[in-house]
Amino acid sequence: MQVELRVLRFNPETDKEPHFEDYTVEADPMDRLLDLLHQVKWHHDGSLALRRSCAHGICGSDAMVINGVNALACKVLVKDLKQPITVEPIRGLPLVKDLVVDMEPFFAGYRAVKPWLITDERDHGPDRERIQSPQERERFDDTTKCILCAACTTSCPIFWSDQEYVGPAAIVNAHRFIFDSRDAGAGERLEILSSKNGAFKCRTAFNCTTACPRGIKVTKAIQEVKQAALYQNF
Amino acid sequence: MPRVHVYDAVIVGAGGAGLRAALESSKRCKTAVVSKLYPTRSHTGAAQGGMCAALANVEDDSWEWHAFDTVKGGDFLVDQDAADIMCKEAVDSVLELERMGLPFNRTPEGRIDQRRFGGHTRNHGEAAVKRACYAADRTGHMILQTLFQQCNKQGVEFYNEFFVLDLIVVDGICGGIIAYEIATGELHVFRAKSVLFATGGFGKMFKITSNAHTLTGDGPGVVYRKGLPLEDMEFFQFHPTGLYRLGILLSEAARGEGGILRNSDGERFMERYAPTIKDLAPRDMVSRAEFFEIKEGRGCGPNQDYILLDLTDVDPEVVEKKLPDITEFARTYLDVDPLEEGVPITPTAHYAMGGIPTNVQAEVLRNHAGDIVPGFYAAGECACVSVHGANRLGTNSLLDIVVFGRRGGLYMSEYAVDNELPDVPNDVHQATEQWLGAITGGDGTESTAAIRSELQEEMWDKASVVRTEESLSGALNTIDRLRARYANARVKDPSKVFNTELIEHVELGYLLDMAEALVISARARTESRGGHYREDHQMREDDHWMKHTFIYKTPEGETKLGYKGVTLGRYEPVERKY
Repeated sequence: MQVELRVLRFNPETDKEPHFEDYTVEADPMDRLLDLLHQVKWHHDGSLALRRSCAHGICGSDAMVINGVNALACKVLVKDLKQPITVEPIRGLPLVKDLVVDMEPFFAGYRAVKPWLITDERDHGPDRERIQSPQERERFDDTTKCILCAACTTSCPIFWSDQEYVGPAAIVNAHRFIFDSRDAGAGERLEILSSKNGAFKCRTAFNCTTACPRGIKVTKAIQEVKQAALYQNF
Repeated sequence: MPRVHVYDAVIVGAGGAGLRAALESSKRCKTAVVSKLYPTRSHTGAAQGGMCAALANVEDDSWEWHAFDTVKGGDFLVDQDAADIMCKEAVDSVLELERMGLPFNRTPEGRIDQRRFGGHTRNHGEAAVKRACYAADRTGHMILQTLFQQCNKQGVEFYNEFFVLDLIVVDGICGGIIAYEIATGELHVFRAKSVLFATGGFGKMFKITSNAHTLTGDGPGVVYRKGLPLEDMEFFQFHPTGLYRLGILLSEAARGEGGILRNSDGERFMERYAPTIKDLAPRDMVSRAEFFEIKEGRGCGPNQDYILLDLTDVDPEVVEKKLPDITEFARTYLDVDPLEEGVPITPTAHYAMGGIPTNVQAEVLRNHAGDIVPGFYAAGECACVSVHGANRLGTNSLLDIVVFGRRGGLYMSEYAVDNELPDVPNDVHQATEQWLGAITGGDGTESTAAIRSELQEEMWDKASVVRTEESLSGALNTIDRLRARYANARVKDPSKVFNTELIEHVELGYLLDMAEALVISARARTESRGGHYREDHQMREDDHWMKHTFIYKTPEGETKLGYKGVTLGRYEPVERKY
């Protein structure tokens, strides 16, 4: 079948403003959108810039706005998309070229919540693992799935208007540690997330939950972090 | 003029091996990590099933049994001193990851849970053993995230989206690297006392592969062009369960949890090929069995060209809880629900056993006598220690990157502390600059994409699961022709910013080099061993071939081969039966 694509193009060396370009490519209904973008790049215009790597939804490189909705280009199939398929870069981060944005502000938000295990060094011997029950492990399972693709954060209307907000992905990664029975850093993380750019900026639009390609219940995780900050129950 | 940076240690690649090395090295000296991708995009994140270590949390186990399985799984081409180190250090490596915060699945007692995996057995082959530590079917994701978290905690310096183009070697001593900044098109010279390559594999030379688009052998390609050898390039692993046509990996853990392979008669055919451990035989054996089932007309589907992975008899809760990602892959990409029906699969190009030769301290060898390049290290899939020999066992890649990533980081930083920064000529970047000028200037008559897809088709048809003298010679002719066409291909995009056409062009050059090295090494090895199966030489020939292949390229473009004996140990070669 033939498929119509509308791709937002922007070359910072020659263009003042981004503009759409149209392409017609041959496709199978089971093709990924990424396969189509590769067709454009490999057979129509080699200058099309996009990030991609694993091509099956694990590496988190190719989050884009596809028909108005954030998704990974390698996880959306042609059969599920209305034509013409419009493809734009994710919003709220500085545009670099075509479908590529500057990810640094996103990773700065992530690093701000101290996304690493914080432990009391005295609480384990050197020769065995710490004990954690299957129930304790299950408590934070959902948020361990995050691949840092930024689909959630860049779908958030609060983040669009205020990039000081740490955003959903950072809160998800804080959640992953706050509810880990082995972690002792919940207090310092919740202090950061209770500040003006933290979790209480969330207005539960649920865009993030819809956008997450890993099926993480992002909005729920944010609410659990807010409750933990208010009631110290973690 | 390029920008010049000075470090003690520079690590190229930010997957598991690179990040683990960085944690070690940056504790002792000024270290930078230079990576083509953002660290969390690395393909370590796609590893699924587990990481083996003889913790004996669930069943009796010992690291010696693990070492035996590794040696036997590798069809006795494994260097046994290296396998001993890896399997012994495995236990502490898993415990260390747990302490870093890795969320392993747990036993009811709260210990790290373990499950079965291909080729891992109790007491030298008696029965399958539960040795693989895991986090659902996302073990690689958890390792990559955990190491990245620790690097952030430790303040490791990253240069993300920098593409390596050259290794600096002055008077035989390593002095740094040259890299291209993708965001700006600028060249950067990283001067360093020690350099470690951890650039991953090169499965993208094959049409059907589990590998990411970015796995193009950049590190080994740079090394090969320097006239340094690559080791055991003929040994490439074809994983038995790649999603039909797409090659996306479905973990061996699917069979570890009870999944069964069936042919068009519904027969569990692995009973014929490996009567004791059946579907959990090593990957090379299972992939070959699938190949012959299909060739002999017992493939499934309208074209009889795939096998079914049957999970319908496994407890649905186990499938959903312990194999959630691969279940989703089958649903998303093939519209098949593993709870209801068999999943169409075929072998998929998965893992390079060969690569940049190193010793157990991750020092790179400059010849098959075992001499080293001072200051130069390699670890992970791009390296060949050799712990995997002729066929890697499942889970041993995650183990390899953690164990030898740590060792590489340790030894490179000790070397950097003890040695002076080598002098480097001011024009060290000039050859690279001229090369980039040549591929971007003028009109090309050839298309990078067309050459790449012909290479991938040819390598799949003639140099994959089953090979012959004739098929390999045909592949070599094709590679030579494609190489000539590649010389006439030009990058048409003049942009300095995010010129991924240029990146893909350079990557294709590396892939052509990897394919050439693989095919020449494979044609010379007139025996069958592990992942290298010659239909015209079906037996393993220990009298002649208990040795590692070293391939070199001279400045004139000639290739030559050398051989290095296998380091033996406790285990004498025996016929490999399971």
